[in-house]
Amino acid sequence: MPASESYPDELLYHSEHDWARIDGDEAVLGVTWFAQDALGELVHYEAPDVGSTVSKDASYGEVESVKAVSDLISPLSGEVLEVNQKVVDAPETVNDDPYGDGWLIRIRMSTPGERDQLLSVGEYRKVLEDA
Amino acid sequence: MQTLRRTPLHDRHVALGARMVPFAGWEMPVQYEGVIPEHKSVRSDAGVFDVSHMGELEVEGPTARDLLQATLSNDVDKLEPGHAQYTLVTNESGGIVDDVILYRLDGHRYLIVANASNAAAVFEWLKQREMRGSDVRDVSDDYALLAVQGPRALERLGLERAKPFTWAMGEVGGVEVMVNRTGYTGEEGVELACMADEAGQLWDAVLSRGVVPCGLGARDTLRLEVCYPLHGNDIGPDWDAISSGLGWACALDTEFTGVERLRAIKAEGPTQKLVPFAMTEKAIPRQGMPVVGGGEVTSGTMSPMLEVGIGMAYVPSAAAKAGTELVIDVRGKERRGVVEKKPLYKKEQ
Repeated sequence: MPASESYPDELLYHSEHDWARIDGDEAVLGVTWFAQDALGELVHYEAPDVGSTVSKDASYGEVESVKAVSDLISPLSGEVLEVNQKVVDAPETVNDDPYGDGWLIRIRMSTPGERDQLLSVGEYRKVLEDA
Repeated sequence: MQTLRRTPLHDRHVALGARMVPFAGWEMPVQYEGVIPEHKSVRSDAGVFDVSHMGELEVEGPTARDLLQATLSNDVDKLEPGHAQYTLVTNESGGIVDDVILYRLDGHRYLIVANASNAAAVFEWLKQREMRGSDVRDVSDDYALLAVQGPRALERLGLERAKPFTWAMGEVGGVEVMVNRTGYTGEEGVELACMADEAGQLWDAVLSRGVVPCGLGARDTLRLEVCYPLHGNDIGPDWDAISSGLGWACALDTEFTGVERLRAIKAEGPTQKLVPFAMTEKAIPRQGMPVVGGGEVTSGTMSPMLEVGIGMAYVPSAAAKAGTELVIDVRGKERRGVVEKKPLYKKEQ
């Protein structure tokens, strides 16, 4: 079942429709409800390698629906600690639960100060309204 | 700013929550519930597509047959009233202006159903070659066209089974329809043509019988699983019909535009061929991706039934045999697939 629209308060957002959940010097990254809804049911997740580095505002992978391909934009810089294998095996998990089981990667942040440049839920909702 | 045209069913699509997109100058539903569930409905039961954007041309008169024989690749003389034929509008180099279905309405009257993006070009093409005693008319605005496809389509519509590529007048939900035994999904089904002002009544009747509304997204994945080419992707004016694998729709013993070139290509053998393929590694091929060693993907998607990436590509003839490995450059990463036989998806027996 596709999730209904929501944007959790405790997350930080990037205007390219990505979210980050920060815990100490680590962060879990994913895409927002808006992103998965725009794409439709996901059928492929091209994940980065564990140990590779990701850079803020740069692509770290791709998700694909039947019709479209979308770059995954990293909201933060760091090293990839873990890839969500569940999404590699069943990409539609992102549609079902974009903020929970549908997370994409876990990273160790290299520049924790970057978090200050991310959007609060209110600021992200403003981005959606203006889109 | 170009205004998008709307089919007579536009408001019904919006009311059903369809995602509307621009397509060939029309505003069309790409999906309702989702491409994958809609695709599976057509494979397992029945789905309906609004294809009213497609063009309809009538060719009439004592020389209508001569005009069509001279401009279309297939043999018009094999077409009896009540029958239909897949055929190509070819250019001087044997390239494909459009692929169409030709219906013989009666002795001297034919109907051409053309792709939406090419309808105006096909009309112009034929109009310029009109002969004394043949009249070409664009009647696209008069008709709506619904494709009802799937193993339970006939049962749900209350229609009897009939031979593919035939047509007859009939009635569905109180609407008089031309029932065409044609389609673009590889499933049993019909394409129903009705007067444009009765399209709403027909659509409502079809849905009331449990047929699932389907968008252009599922139409594309369904046709690709059974390797029906899409004009503008897999076939076009720059690819000759033989290389495109449509030699079977070319009666090379008749005289039509480009036939000499096609005979020569057939005799020499084409240097490249359009082939279907399936990925053996996890990746989704897309239109425009290079084939390593020569060639290009013309259509690609994730197959909802096979659950692997599938597509069609032009490859050198030496690499066109089923079973040959091919490598696709997927945005810089090399991913393996294999050339397959048509169709990629076949119903389990």
